[in-house]
Amino acid sequence: MAIIGLGATPVRAQTGPAAEPMNHAQHQGAASDANKHKAAQDAMPAMDHGGMDPGAMPGMKPGKTETVGEMPGMDHGEMNMQGGSAPPDARDPHAYSGGYTLESGPYALPGPRVLRLSDEHNFGALLIDRLERSHTRDGNGASYDVQGWFGRDYDRLVVKAEGDVSKGKLQEARTELLWGHAIATFWDTQLGMRYDSGVGSDRGWLAFGVQGIAPYWFEVDAAAYVGNRGRTALRLGAEYEVLLTQKLVLQPRVEVNWYGRRDKARDTGAGLSEGVAGLRLRYEFSREFAPYVGVERVGKFGETADLARAAGERTGETRWVAGVRFWF
Amino acid sequence: MKPDCLPVPHLLRRRFVQGLAAGGVLLGLSSVVKPGWATGTKAVSRGAPVLSGTEFNLVIAESPVNFTGNPRMATTINGSIPAPTLRWREGDTVTIRVTNTLREDTSIHWHGIILPFQMDGVPGISFKGIAPGDTFTYRFKVEQSGTYWYHSHSGTQEQTGMYGAIVIEPSGGEAIKADRDHVIHLSDWTDEDPMRVFAKLKTQSDYYNYNQPTAADFFGDASRNGLKAAIDKRKMWNEMRMSPTDLADLSAATLTYLMNGTTPTGNWTGTFRPGERVRLRFINGAANTFYDVRIPGLKLTVVQADGQDVEPVTVDEFRFGPGETYDVMVAPKDDAYTVFAQAMDRTGFARGTLAVREGLEAPVPGIDPAEWLPMTDMMGAMGAMGGGMAGMSHGGSAGMGGMNHGGTAMDHSTHAMQAGMNMGGKLAKPSTQARHAKTEYGPGTDMRVDMARTNLDDPGVGLRNNGRRVLTLSDLRTIGGALDSRGPEREVELHLTGNMERYTWSLDGLEFGQSTPVHFRFGERLRVILHNDTMMTHPMHLHGMWSELEQDGGGFQARRHTIPVQPAQRISFLVTADALGRWAWHCHLMLHMDAGMFREVVVA
Repeated sequence: MAIIGLGATPVRAQTGPAAEPMNHAQHQGAASDANKHKAAQDAMPAMDHGGMDPGAMPGMKPGKTETVGEMPGMDHGEMNMQGGSAPPDARDPHAYSGGYTLESGPYALPGPRVLRLSDEHNFGALLIDRLERSHTRDGNGASYDVQGWFGRDYDRLVVKAEGDVSKGKLQEARTELLWGHAIATFWDTQLGMRYDSGVGSDRGWLAFGVQGIAPYWFEVDAAAYVGNRGRTALRLGAEYEVLLTQKLVLQPRVEVNWYGRRDKARDTGAGLSEGVAGLRLRYEFSREFAPYVGVERVGKFGETADLARAAGERTGETRWVAGVRFWF
Repeated sequence: MKPDCLPVPHLLRRRFVQGLAAGGVLLGLSSVVKPGWATGTKAVSRGAPVLSGTEFNLVIAESPVNFTGNPRMATTINGSIPAPTLRWREGDTVTIRVTNTLREDTSIHWHGIILPFQMDGVPGISFKGIAPGDTFTYRFKVEQSGTYWYHSHSGTQEQTGMYGAIVIEPSGGEAIKADRDHVIHLSDWTDEDPMRVFAKLKTQSDYYNYNQPTAADFFGDASRNGLKAAIDKRKMWNEMRMSPTDLADLSAATLTYLMNGTTPTGNWTGTFRPGERVRLRFINGAANTFYDVRIPGLKLTVVQADGQDVEPVTVDEFRFGPGETYDVMVAPKDDAYTVFAQAMDRTGFARGTLAVREGLEAPVPGIDPAEWLPMTDMMGAMGAMGGGMAGMSHGGSAGMGGMNHGGTAMDHSTHAMQAGMNMGGKLAKPSTQARHAKTEYGPGTDMRVDMARTNLDDPGVGLRNNGRRVLTLSDLRTIGGALDSRGPEREVELHLTGNMERYTWSLDGLEFGQSTPVHFRFGERLRVILHNDTMMTHPMHLHGMWSELEQDGGGFQARRHTIPVQPAQRISFLVTADALGRWAWHCHLMLHMDAGMFREVVVA
C-alpha cells in the first residue's frame, strides 16, 4: 500500500499526531462519496496515509476552515483516475455553448468550416514488427509480422499480416483487414476479416478482437474468429518491452492459438493447437530501425500435436532468429 | 516609416552554425564554433532587425536556413529568424500589410494584443487567412504597452520560423527606467517537417524521450534502496501505463534550442556597459519547449509579465512556456554573463551571453538532472499528501500543531458542505470540486484528477528545492490590480485532457473538431477554471481578452494572456467579455493545439 509514499522523490516520513485525524477525515469522505467512485475499472492502489502531510493540502490551513470546501475523492481505496464510466451528474461539455456551433451563431465565418486541426486529419504507419530468418534443427525459414494502420485517433483501418516461409514456399499466412475503434484509454476493438493461406486449403473468417495495453505495459492482441462450417478460433498474443538501456530492448513475446474443431486440411486439431514463446533483443539505431536476434520455442498441443506426430513431424522446436524491426 | 529591411529572402545569409547533435550530448559544444559563422552572421547574432513607426510591410517567404549543419527551408517574415522586432507606441493606430509569397496560406496573430477580432489573425475564426500571392492589411489601435510577440497561426509555420517580438512604448513614456534594452526571444527548431514529427508521435508517443526508466535504473535503485522500494517506485506508473519522465513531447533528439534565432554555439550576445540597468524582454516563442531561465551571477528583477507591469520581484530563475513573456531588469557589473535557458525536460538548452563586447563568454552551467514526475504532478493535492512533496508548502502553511486542526476542520466540512456549492459569498472563491465532463471517461483521456492542487507557489517539477529562488505565479502582482472590479457572475470550468499513449490532446476530453464554442455573454465578468487532468504543463492562451489570474482562494493575482497550468493543478482567472466576436483559446504547445486542445470562444 505504500506505493505513493515511495515515489521517485524522497519521502518525508511524517507520522505522528497528524496522521490520525486525517485518516478519520478520509473515512468520512469515503462514506459520502462512495457512489461517485463506484465505477472503478482500473482502481488505483490505496495511498499511504502514514506519509501524509496535511500541511500541504490546499485549504487545510487552520483558522480558514471556510475555505476547505468539499473533499472529493477522499476514498483512496476506491479512487479512480482512469477509465470507468461517467456518473449521471457528470458535466455536459457543451453546456457553455449557448447553442452555438463552430459553423453557426454570431460572428461565424460564412461557408463551411475551414479550421480543421489534426484530430480531423488522417495519419498512418506501417510497422514491420518482425522480418526474420530462423534456424531450426530441420533447416531454415523466414517469417514476417506486419501491422499497419491508417485513419484517425479513434477510428482507423488496421491491417495485420503474419506468415512463415520455408523450403521456398509460403507455409502459413494469416492476413487480417480490420476496423479499429477506440473504446477505452488503452484499448481498441477490431472488427473485420481474416484470411488464412499457405499450404493446405485457404480459410476465411470473421474477426473480432481487442488490442491494447494492459496494466504494467503488457501489449495484448486477442481475437476470436468465426469461419464457415461452424469453425471457430481464438488467438492471444502478448508482448512486453524491457528497456535495458534507452536503445537496447529485450522483448518477450507469447502467442497461443485455439481452434473449435479439427481442420485436417490445415493440420490443426480441435483445442489448444499451438503456442509460441520468444525472446528478442533489439538495438534501436533509430526508433524506426532496429535489428534483433532472438530465440523462440514453438510447441504444438493436443490433437494438433497428434496430427503432427502422425505426419512424422516434430511437435516442438526451437528457432534461433535474426531479423529487423522497422516502421515508417 | 518604411521598414528598413527589404523583403529579399533569397539574399538571406545562410547561418552555418554548428548545431546540437541529436541525443542531447550538449556540453562542451561551445568549443566547436565553425569558422564561417563569425563573419557570415554577425548581424543575425545581434538579434532581429527592428522596425518602428505606424506602417509596416511584412513579407512571408521560404528562406534557406542552417541551424544544425543540414540546410533546410524555413518560413520567414522579411527573411529573418526571429522576424523583425516591431516597435509601436501606445495610442497609435498601426497598419501592417502582410504579403504571402508562400505556396500555402499564411496568417499572423498578434499575441496578447487587444484588438478587434477581425484583426486577430486566426484563419477560420477571425478571417479567412492570407492566400498565396495575397496581401492582407491589418489595422488597429494600440491600446496597451509592454512586450508582446507575433507569429503565424497557420499549420506549423510558427515552428518553422514565423515569430517576432513586439515592443510597445507606453503613451506616457517608460515607467521602467533602463539604460539598455534587449529582446531575448527563445524558440526551438527541428530539421524535420513538424507534421512528420506529429505523425511519429501518433505512432509512438515516447518517440523523442530518451530518458525513460530502464532496467539498469531499476537495478541501480534496487541495490541502493532495496528491491521493494525499487518496485514500489515504479508500481503505480506501470499500473497506470504512464511515464514518470514524460516531461516534454519533443526533446533535443529533434530540437535545437534557439535564443534570438541563434544556436547555443552561435552564442547570441547582448552588449552593455558596466553599471547600466539592462532590461531584458524574454519571450518564449518556442513551439514545444518550456524554458527555465537564469543568468548565473545576476539577480533577475521581474518587472513585467505578459506585457503587464508587475510589482518588482527579484529571483534567480523563472520558468515560462510557449506564449508567455517576462521582462527582467539586471544590473551586470562583470564583463560577461551566460543567459542560460534549459529545456524543462533537461535534454538541452538555449544559451547566449550578456557582455561588455561581442566575443566574450562566461562559463556555461551544466544541465540539471531530469527528475521523475512526483505524485504531486499526477494526483494533485492527494499526491502532495502521500508523497510529502517539496515545494508544496503553502504560504503560511500549517505547522505540526496546526495539522490536527486541519484534520478536524476537514472532517467538519465534509458534513457541512454540499457538493458543488459554495457557502458564504457566492462565487467569491473559485470552486474546488472537480466537475469532470462526461466526455472525460472515454479513450481520449488517460487520467482524471479528483482533488487538484490549487496553490500557485509551486515552481514545478525540476525546480522545487533546487537551491535557487525560482519565480512562481504567486510572486506576480500586476500593478494597478484588476481592470474590472466586478466579481464573477458565473463559473466556466474546462478540463485539460489528453491521452499520452494515443497522443491526443483535448479539452473536456473533446478535440476541437467535436467541440462547440464557449459562449461568453457580452459585457459579463466571469470566472474561468482550468483543471489539468494531465501530467504536462499547458500554457493556455485566450485570445482577445485578458485572463486575470486569481489567487488560490480568490482575489486578484496577475493579468496574463497566457496561463501555465501545471499537472494536476486547478487554476482560476476572471475575464471581462468586452470583445465581441469569435476568438481562439488553446494550449500554446503547438502540437497540443494542433491535436485539438483548442476551443473557439464566442463573445456575443
